[in-house]
Amino acid sequence: MGKELMRSPLGRARGLGSAKYGVEQWRFERVTAIALVPLTVWFAASIVVHMNSDYATAIAWLRTPLAATLMVLLLTALFCHTALGLQVVIEDYVHSGLKFPVLVAMRFGCFALAVAGILAVLRICSGV
Amino acid sequence: MASPTPQRMRPLSPHIQIYRPQLTSVLSIANRITGVLLSFYAVALVVWLVFAAAGPQVYSTIHGFIRSWFGQMVLFGCTYSFYLHLCGGIRHLVWDAVYGFELCTIYTSGWTVVVTSAALTLVTWAASIGLAG
Repeated sequence: MGKELMRSPLGRARGLGSAKYGVEQWRFERVTAIALVPLTVWFAASIVVHMNSDYATAIAWLRTPLAATLMVLLLTALFCHTALGLQVVIEDYVHSGLKFPVLVAMRFGCFALAVAGILAVLRICSGV
Repeated sequence: MASPTPQRMRPLSPHIQIYRPQLTSVLSIANRITGVLLSFYAVALVVWLVFAAAGPQVYSTIHGFIRSWFGQMVLFGCTYSFYLHLCGGIRHLVWDAVYGFELCTIYTSGWTVVVTSAALTLVTWAASIGLAG
């Protein structure tokens, strides 16, 4: 007999809350938010500096190890945070049978965009 | 025996439209709307990176759009959405740490978010225009 089955109903429910495992997602949304504070501020400042740069200057900036690293970190944190945020919005407003396919499509989209963005950065770094 | 009630629309209890908009509720929905808007700007960021990786010819098409008045307006909307979501998000993180729940503090932090995000947007664009000139 599994350890879970031996526990009382109260013991199983304690600490889980109504959302059961939802607290992990809630926490990860906050963790990615904290990571995005310095990353997005760095990105906004960089865009201000490079707003009028030509192609060669913009690429030279993206090729520096610091910019490439921060850009990959930004894309990772950004799309994790986007997926978690959009999930809450979808769960709040989509109640039909569409809910599950919409959630899956949104997750796939976020993952694909993060991969495409990271590969673009790597391609720029390795020399076009 | 009474016949079964025919199917008809049952009355629904009133929703948010019956409430006067308040700073608290407006900022709450603004944080969600800007979050959804920023998802679209995140797509634009990836498109920009992919175009940059594809070479100077392809990059010049997206750069031309960004330099156009419509592109600049889109970018201005992105800047304001970003700062509103950033400041609103930091306010939420402070709440998550169980600080600032007194009514006067909630209004102070709310107006701080409004003023700071507008000021940061203007400072960012002033810096951008200043560096260009």
